[in-house]
Amino acid sequence: MTDALFVLFAVVSVGGAVGVVTGRSPVASLLFMVATLASLAGIYVLLEAHFLAAIQVLVYAGAIMVLFLFVIMLLNLGHDYRADLRFGSWSLLSVVVVGLTASVLVQGITGSEADAFGGHLADPAAAAAIDLAVAEKGAVGAIADPLFTDYVVAFEVIGLLLLVAIVAAVVLAKPRGRSEDA
Amino acid sequence: MGEMQELTTFWFVTIAAIKVVAVFTVLMVVVAYMTLAERRVSAFIQDRLGPNRVGPFGLLQPIADGIKNIIKEETMPGTAAKFYFVLGPALAIMPAVVTIAVIPFAAPLPTPVGTVDMVVADVPIGVLYILALSSLAVYGVVLSGWASNNKYAFLGGLRASAQMISYEVALGLSLIAVLLLVGNVTLTEAVWRQQQLGLWFVFPLSLAFIFFLISALAETNRLPFDMPEAESELITGYHTEYSAMKFSMFFIAEYAHVVTASALLATLFLGGWDIPFWTGDDIFRHESGWIRGFDEAGAPIPATPSVLITLLTLAAFSVKTGFFLLLYIWIRWTLPRFRYDQVMHLGWKVLLPSSLGYIMLIAGTMLVLDQLGIPFGILYGGVLTVVSGITTLAFLFFVDRDRVIAGAHRRRVARSPAADADALGLDC
Repeated sequence: MTDALFVLFAVVSVGGAVGVVTGRSPVASLLFMVATLASLAGIYVLLEAHFLAAIQVLVYAGAIMVLFLFVIMLLNLGHDYRADLRFGSWSLLSVVVVGLTASVLVQGITGSEADAFGGHLADPAAAAAIDLAVAEKGAVGAIADPLFTDYVVAFEVIGLLLLVAIVAAVVLAKPRGRSEDA
Repeated sequence: MGEMQELTTFWFVTIAAIKVVAVFTVLMVVVAYMTLAERRVSAFIQDRLGPNRVGPFGLLQPIADGIKNIIKEETMPGTAAKFYFVLGPALAIMPAVVTIAVIPFAAPLPTPVGTVDMVVADVPIGVLYILALSSLAVYGVVLSGWASNNKYAFLGGLRASAQMISYEVALGLSLIAVLLLVGNVTLTEAVWRQQQLGLWFVFPLSLAFIFFLISALAETNRLPFDMPEAESELITGYHTEYSAMKFSMFFIAEYAHVVTASALLATLFLGGWDIPFWTGDDIFRHESGWIRGFDEAGAPIPATPSVLITLLTLAAFSVKTGFFLLLYIWIRWTLPRFRYDQVMHLGWKVLLPSSLGYIMLIAGTMLVLDQLGIPFGILYGGVLTVVSGITTLAFLFFVDRDRVIAGAHRRRVARSPAADADALGLDC
């Protein structure tokens, strides 16, 4: 049952990802993207990462993609974008990136389970520790507790980074030449 | 007595299937009768009779409406994006009917094969599941508005996306105060903690209740927040071009959202299936079996599930949910619609900062109470009730800014003939 569901979610997520780049209209691409994000959430649930799945749907599929849809519709990006695509020397870089990613993935799939991802996946002690944390603190507490104690500096730094990004977005969106009276 | 008999896999699957069918059927029946109740109650509010011809008191009206909608001609605008036009209503109805699954609707039921939780799926993420899936509901609305290729429908869709994102923030933040008190996100635990506190959360978290009620109204696109529809501005907004059963599906979705929101309000703030002033119905799944609470020494007191208590708690839950359903209808036919900028102003400039401040206040109060070593009980809840009550009064006082409370007084002064004439610019 779990395997069948995994195959279903995996096919939908990869198919959706292909659909995003081959879709004819921006709205179709966006819906493919939503399908990909939703099936990734399904895979998280199969891995018993319920909180991550909920946040994936809530934040990415439910909020960020809705904003994308809002912008696409507001600007009415209905025209064929293919004319805008340019294949310069940059496209070589994408080939390199895709090749590297693919080689890491192939190594992760074909290599022995103990080697994959630094051996974290196959470590039974780590898995047991996670199960214990979930049983003690609940699905949210198991993530929140280390996040706000051991990793609180990293958490705050990321918060600061996002604040910088927001300020930058506001500055960029400001009409030019009228910055004095604003 | 308090031993727990676990269900075997076969019975777990069978009972889960029965629960899914039963809850879905009840939801659809409630939705059908919500449409009738809305028309009847609105008629009473406006001193009319409402539909009372089909069956006794018009009780068969929803069936007549259903048949009409199924046999009506489906229209398809020539310039619509056909695939998305059909996809829209389907995307709108799906999240609406699955969110009810995590709401516990009665105390556990003892059966010969084991004790059954009266909730379709007690998922570990509880209320986050409802937030996540209802955040997907906006796709149906936005896509159908866009696919209709009609500028009114399009404006309705755009408004829907902006409004739902704005109020999701306020909704989530108003929930955090509740989650702080519960200590987890599952709804079964929310009911249990309210039984332990001896107070429904509507008292210790009165301001969060007000924020949640307002945000839930906005999330379900009900008046006074029905910007995406706004008949006086946008014909009927995003479903202008829809007819027959597709049109009906938007309504089923809207009412299903209202039912879920009402059930959620009842669970989070009115104790869910808890029967007031009686601790005999308190029951929770604990490591050692079903427990009623903890004694002085902290040892669990066992509890026994019973069929009678399950039925009584189901009745209590239905009454509470029914109250909120009526409140939704009542608000819709009492308040006028906001202007669009007022909706955005309320969401971002009033609800968002106030609920952030309220979280700080509740967390601070809880920290002080925990440091003083006050046990989680009626005194703990009482202190929070006083703090929240003062904050709520202050909030209502500052937000009101004389417009409602002093408004009546001013109107009375203005009703003197001289003031009337003055207002009309006449000479007395």
